[in-house]
Amino acid sequence: MSLNCIRIPHKKNTENFETIRYPVPDTVSIPMSQHMGVHCEPLVSVGDEVKVGQKIGDSEAFMSMPVHSSVSGKVVAIDDYLSSNGRKCKCIKIECDGKQTVSEDIKPPVITDKASLIKAVRESGCCGLGGAGFPTHIKLNFDENKTPIDSLVINAAECEPYITSDYREMIENPNDVINGIKTIQNILKIEKVYICIENNKPKAIELLSSMTASDASINVISLSSLYPQGAEKVIAYNATKRTVKEGELPSHQGIIVINVSTVAFLNRYFKTGMPLTWRRITIDGDAVKSPCNVKVPIGISIAELLKFAGCEESKTRKVLTGGPMMGMCIYDLNTPVIKTNNAILALKKDKKEVQTNCIRCGRCINACPAGLMPTELEKAYQQKDADRLKELKVNLCMNCGSCSYVCPAKRNLAETNQLAKMFVSENN
Amino acid sequence: MEKLIVSPSPHVRSGMTTQKIMLNVIIALCPAVIASGIIFGLRALFLILVCAATSLVWETLFNMITKKPNTIGDLSAVVTGILLAFNLPPTLPFWMAAIGTFVAIVIVKCLFGGLGQNFANPAIVGRIVLALSFTGAMTNWTLPQAFQITDAVTSATPLATQNEDYLDLFLGMTGGCLGETCALALILGGIYLVIRRIISPATPLFFLLTVGLFSFIVGADPLYQILSGGVLLGAIFMATDYVTTPITFWGKVIFGIGCGIITCVIRFYASMAEGVSFSILIMNILTPYIDMITKAKPVGALKSKNRRD
Repeated sequence: MSLNCIRIPHKKNTENFETIRYPVPDTVSIPMSQHMGVHCEPLVSVGDEVKVGQKIGDSEAFMSMPVHSSVSGKVVAIDDYLSSNGRKCKCIKIECDGKQTVSEDIKPPVITDKASLIKAVRESGCCGLGGAGFPTHIKLNFDENKTPIDSLVINAAECEPYITSDYREMIENPNDVINGIKTIQNILKIEKVYICIENNKPKAIELLSSMTASDASINVISLSSLYPQGAEKVIAYNATKRTVKEGELPSHQGIIVINVSTVAFLNRYFKTGMPLTWRRITIDGDAVKSPCNVKVPIGISIAELLKFAGCEESKTRKVLTGGPMMGMCIYDLNTPVIKTNNAILALKKDKKEVQTNCIRCGRCINACPAGLMPTELEKAYQQKDADRLKELKVNLCMNCGSCSYVCPAKRNLAETNQLAKMFVSENN
Repeated sequence: MEKLIVSPSPHVRSGMTTQKIMLNVIIALCPAVIASGIIFGLRALFLILVCAATSLVWETLFNMITKKPNTIGDLSAVVTGILLAFNLPPTLPFWMAAIGTFVAIVIVKCLFGGLGQNFANPAIVGRIVLALSFTGAMTNWTLPQAFQITDAVTSATPLATQNEDYLDLFLGMTGGCLGETCALALILGGIYLVIRRIISPATPLFFLLTVGLFSFIVGADPLYQILSGGVLLGAIFMATDYVTTPITFWGKVIFGIGCGIITCVIRFYASMAEGVSFSILIMNILTPYIDMITKAKPVGALKSKNRRD
């Protein structure tokens, strides 16, 4: 059995562009909510001097992790901030002094066992860098008495069009990737590692295969270049042939899935103690003249980056954070880059699509990696039938967008699924 | 700069549209259109044109009267018109054909809510209504032009006479409805649709296999039963209509087998010579039930506690 998936154009325009280091900006705005979970409270006040790597926000909550300053300078404002996913939190605006003085607190963590690893990972401010932003320390802090973890799946599929930031990480810092994997593998005593890369990145597959050739516990898996190969449940299945069931996390099946850039960052953190203060980001899209990969401080404004990449503002009608299949539209160009942004895409005006009635062609059913029937879900949602939606398992929809992508009638099936999920939870 | 557009993902769509699907079906019908022109002459082509044109007219009028946006751009009316024409004898008066397209487009499709909402195949119902209303004109089979020396000669459909050879059946040099006789042209169209991934080969294959097997078991000539009458036209173009047939693979298999069985039962044991239209109509009606038992299986789903289907 294999899971349904679809072919989409890859458009990896920036795959051969070496990462450019972006100069220190004049100001950064660092939101207190950059991950999945509870947002942080600011630890600094207006007027405070901050240094690179200094913790400026934290939370007592379980599902949270600290936020650090990416620059050195002075806090000029702490404002309310509405993120593009509709969540509210505080946002710390820092005027940079350009010196990038590193905080005295920065020192490599001492990691000897699982507890010290989890603590260090939390302090690094690390969350999943692939886009979802799940707190990494929670992911690693599984209960080994319940299900022992025997597989570490490194997600390097990068199945969304345009994005090449994970690919550049593998090509530019392969040692960080491998050493990060080995540290986690050794401390957590995980038997097998699967590095899963789509076969449209042959160089990365070759490089990592040759570097891990001597280690039989680490396998590099070449996945066919199909969407959504990088979805957590899909990649877990394709690596281990184990199905992550309804309501489960991969750890319930003995699997941990971590994004490749996340492990590479963790390795750098283990070496230097510098928390997550910058990330690599792909800037592309049909409104961008010179697509590129840039290394940017967290909190830099998207407008500045788009200008840097030669974006034609007059033609830009849509700006996305993330890929075109699952990325989110921003409503304000001054939105800051956060930890989970792997790409910024500036797109020209959409073609006007003609929507027709559903013609029951079944393409959405053949495309759904979760084995759902999007057209039936749409009907059930239109009838506001919560029982039927539950029965059709709308909760298993991972919002990959494949159904909307393939629909010849141009129905907004993925959008409807999201609305249907909300409807079901409201009517429980 | 203008305001940014904010919309839910995905932000890209495939190039496939309803209109393109219908256009592909029209392209797939072309070999059979050409074949009908060669076999039955210009009048056959005119009849196809009349059916396609009146279909568009009926749909436009219906949308005007009901104050709906005009939907003829999706080209599904053209497909229905051509398919209905394929089910008519080449001598049928044009006004009767127009009544057929009225039934197909207005009564079967538009009144149920337009494209995607009809439960039965419009062209099939159009044909059945015409066959019951104008039985004489609808069974006025002419021999192919290739054989004609003087005027058109009426003859029976080969299903009633059973004395044609395979090559004639394959090339369509027999009497019959204008689009159903040339097996070669229909198969070419079917292969095109499968290659372009417009239809699943499951329905036609299981339809034809069932007809062949059933005929073999009851001692009839399987190849003859497949090549003659409307089996190929029905299997390739009518039983694969998205709207009125099951949506999943196994549903399509059941649909094909059901059509094959009903066709043979009517052919061998009922008083009518041909059973393809009725078999597809009956299976159309069963489609919601087939859909119910052949639902896609969600990956990793836990058994739901609740009820009913």
